[in-house]
Amino acid sequence: MSLFLIAALPFLGALFPALLIRAGRNASASSAGLATGLAFIGLMLHAPAILRGETVQVGLEWLPALGLHANFFLDGLGFLFATMILGIGLLIILYARFYLSREDPMGQFYTYLLLFQGAMVGIVLSDNILLLLIFWELTSLSSFLLIGYWKHLPEGRQGARMALTVTGMGGLAMIGGMLILGNIAGSYDISVILQNKDAIQSSDLYLPALILILIGAFTKSAQFPFHFWLPHAMAAPTPVSAYLHSATMVKAGLFLMARLWPVLAGTPEWFYIVATTGLITMVLGAVIALFKDDLKALLAFSTVSHLGLITMLLGMGTKLAAVVAVFHIINHATFKAALFMSAGIVDHEAHTRDIKRLGGLRHLMPVTFVIATLASLSMAGIPPLNGFLSKEMMLEEISHTSWMQSPLAMSILATIAAMFSAAYSFRYIAHVFLGPKRDDYPAKPHDPGFGMWASPALLVTLVVLIGLFSAKLVGPLVAASASAVIGGEKLPYYSLKLWHGVTPALYMSIIAIVGGLVLLALHRPLERVWNALPRPEAKVIFDAIVGAATRLMQGITAGLHDGSLTRYGAIMISFTAALSIYAFSTGLLGAPTRALQQAGALPIVAWLCLIVAAACIVLFHRRRFIALILIGIVGLIVSLSFNYLSAPDLALTQISVEVVTIILMLLALNFLPKDTPVETPVLTRMRDGVIAIIGGVGVGGLIYAMLLRDFAFPSISGFHVENSYKGGGGTNMVNVILVDFRGFDTFGEIIVLGIAALVIFALTEAVLSTRVRAYLLNRKPDIEQAGDSHPGMMVVVTRMMMPVALMVAAYIFFRGHNLPGGGFIAGLIAAIAVIMQYMASGFGWATERQRFPYHGIIGSGVLIAAATGIGAWFNGQPFLTSAFGYVHLPPLNEFEVATAALFDLGVFLAVVGAVLLALESLSRFAWQPGSASEHAMDINPARDDAEQDMKEA
Amino acid sequence: MEFLVASAVGLLTAAGIYLVLRRRTFPVILGTSLLSYAVNVFLFASGRLASNAPPILNKYADVAYSDPLPQALVLTAIVISFGMTAVVVMVALGAYLSARNDNINMDDTAPAQGEDA
Repeated sequence: MSLFLIAALPFLGALFPALLIRAGRNASASSAGLATGLAFIGLMLHAPAILRGETVQVGLEWLPALGLHANFFLDGLGFLFATMILGIGLLIILYARFYLSREDPMGQFYTYLLLFQGAMVGIVLSDNILLLLIFWELTSLSSFLLIGYWKHLPEGRQGARMALTVTGMGGLAMIGGMLILGNIAGSYDISVILQNKDAIQSSDLYLPALILILIGAFTKSAQFPFHFWLPHAMAAPTPVSAYLHSATMVKAGLFLMARLWPVLAGTPEWFYIVATTGLITMVLGAVIALFKDDLKALLAFSTVSHLGLITMLLGMGTKLAAVVAVFHIINHATFKAALFMSAGIVDHEAHTRDIKRLGGLRHLMPVTFVIATLASLSMAGIPPLNGFLSKEMMLEEISHTSWMQSPLAMSILATIAAMFSAAYSFRYIAHVFLGPKRDDYPAKPHDPGFGMWASPALLVTLVVLIGLFSAKLVGPLVAASASAVIGGEKLPYYSLKLWHGVTPALYMSIIAIVGGLVLLALHRPLERVWNALPRPEAKVIFDAIVGAATRLMQGITAGLHDGSLTRYGAIMISFTAALSIYAFSTGLLGAPTRALQQAGALPIVAWLCLIVAAACIVLFHRRRFIALILIGIVGLIVSLSFNYLSAPDLALTQISVEVVTIILMLLALNFLPKDTPVETPVLTRMRDGVIAIIGGVGVGGLIYAMLLRDFAFPSISGFHVENSYKGGGGTNMVNVILVDFRGFDTFGEIIVLGIAALVIFALTEAVLSTRVRAYLLNRKPDIEQAGDSHPGMMVVVTRMMMPVALMVAAYIFFRGHNLPGGGFIAGLIAAIAVIMQYMASGFGWATERQRFPYHGIIGSGVLIAAATGIGAWFNGQPFLTSAFGYVHLPPLNEFEVATAALFDLGVFLAVVGAVLLALESLSRFAWQPGSASEHAMDINPARDDAEQDMKEA
Repeated sequence: MEFLVASAVGLLTAAGIYLVLRRRTFPVILGTSLLSYAVNVFLFASGRLASNAPPILNKYADVAYSDPLPQALVLTAIVISFGMTAVVVMVALGAYLSARNDNINMDDTAPAQGEDA
């Protein structure tokens, strides 16, 4: 099966459980199991090749410019992890089906679980570190959902947040480290990076990269001092804990260290950071675990301890240690998953996980007792179980390793850790299952159904079998994955067997087991001592740090974002100005290359008008009506300038937009206050004035500098000039650019315009459905109204102008391709023609005569434009490719027909619809009952009752 | 000529910024309109200034053309800035009618107006 499919199956499968939950819990669980099972089978199909030492690779270029490839590869290491992830995943799915109660939303659970599983499989199969990072972050996110699955429990939510914060921050650090690593190696593909050991280890950036990557790995794998999130994540349902903390999430950090072992390991930095951290974690976790009364907390700290052990082995940097690490990863996954599940069973049946309230369960739950005992003994390192094998090899390896010239330091600490490890394992058996039967359990414990103990039983069978027949059963797997860890080099000699003869490790093992029994016997007095010791509480520290960070950020945010838009504006403009000043003072400005053009009298007059108008707007902006008129003057001068400066299309557009805008603002001003009060103190106004002047001088200076210099690089305009007629079939280059070269942009623009109009319509509807409507209906105008709201002269003139205006629009539209004009301008002119009717004859009169809803006009415009674009597909051309030809219809002269004109028709309709919808919506505010006169003209010669009116008058 | 255009752009920008920093909706809208003019003229002028050289191809004579590309961009920008102004005007109007207050800044001290008590 393709690796793509294996990686994708859990994600695809994640869709089904949530949907199928309606068909029942079994259907939901089966669909999750099916997806996982298929992926597992697919993986197993690769087993023969992997065990032969081959690698399977598939690749796909995703974003080659970034070096991001969707490359997957499967080697021994990836295979080992994928097997654990999918295999134990399958067992967890079965277990969870019986563990979760009727109140728990099971569909959600399986969906989260499969998302997490997919992310994990993605990590171990990725051949590209960027891809790996994506999956890495996905595990953080999906584990957040899983840990916080019981949303009603505060511990669950807090634990999920803590896990996300710690692993997420580690992930961020790791991104930095990975990018450095990729830059040193010159590729983000892992298989390439692994070939560049010398380049990486000799680089100055080796240490920063190493530290950043290790922060990522340590946070994920709960290494000291980031170990504290793991016990808090125990608030999750037990299947989640069993999955995340035995085989998957926490092993991701180990996987990463193992994956990058060939290029990162072997240096003193690696040894001292990784091995020391691992050792501390191992001892610390083991000691704390002994004094935890919560079954899951005990297991959590034992997990921390074992992760430390594996980290330490990887940190040693020797090949043999790497082999042992791989072997212990397998063993730990089997016994720890079984232990978590057995703890879950106890919790499920006895309704408590508190060791102090348990004991004597062996009579009541014999099956669980056997499972838990075998798994515990393996964890304690008792022969002939698999935990013994790897622990023995670990001790052997450690007895040859010296730390800071001290040959005994590590051995002693490791023995102590092993001793505590044995002690808490024995405690798990002795204080939960052995001892007298009690009569005060919160519930009546008994063995669960087969479905629930099947999974741990299978794992415990593996624990025993691997212990007895390790070489046969997992020998090839260990060999394949260990050789992947050490970078494909020759494996050192080792043998997976129970009896290695009388070695230092054997003594250490014996000390550990005997010591463990002694510690258990002394548990009660030791616990008293432990409880009397002052201990830093990680959660308190964590909460304090998070709280302080939150307060700091709230302070900053509240300072910057205090709800004052004015303030945001001032900050943004000042900041932009500061950046620009910095850029200007550090940049280069060459000598002017263009001569100044002489300005005639006309431009100077226009300039004076503009200056005066703009200055007056600022001076008189409190009198809004005057300011509006002045804005109109500015707009007019801008249009005239466009015309003068050889931009006739712009001039036409600007002037028609100007008309529409001013009418729109007038409509709004009708309802708004007519004056702006003086609110800001003089100092604020002066500050704003300074900001404004700096901004104005900057922008003006910039354009002045640009105007006096030629383009720094050749412009692309030449292409448009050359191809406008040849390729686009039009002589008006601006229009050809709009409807042809940049047609897709224009297509987007008309959609945006249409959306803007619809937003206005929707807002109107929303506002008018509140009590604002009542206010408007009873509103008395606050300024004096004209005596005649529909002056006869104006009505007559506008109606006569309507056809003329439409004719002009049609003319402007048709000539657009070759002479100034086009859909935009024609649309605006047509819209103005209609608006004139609204203004002169009234809203009611005009609405009555409106046949097509404006929404429809916008929509038809967009559709026509789209259809024109799609038409090009039928000619085998890309979207919006235009075509044109010449037609001769007698008695007309020969004329040109271009598909671009059809596109322009779409633009025309969209503009008409959008402008009219916007204005019509706004006018609806003004509507009052009785305001729409039955007859727009008070004197209408065409009216039947005209004579009667005359008589009455 | 260059100086006239540059100084006009600068003045429009300054006036726009000043009005955008006011506290009522209407001056702010006027300010954004002025800024739109300034930006549009700025973009247009980035094609450099030329009189009597419209970008209309002359089939019969070899003449100079002004740069058509900024013009095309500015043309759509003008239309879009109309759309933007219209939406902002509508928002301002809706807010004023609902709250009877056209101040753009949130006032934490006073309870929000316009909500049903």
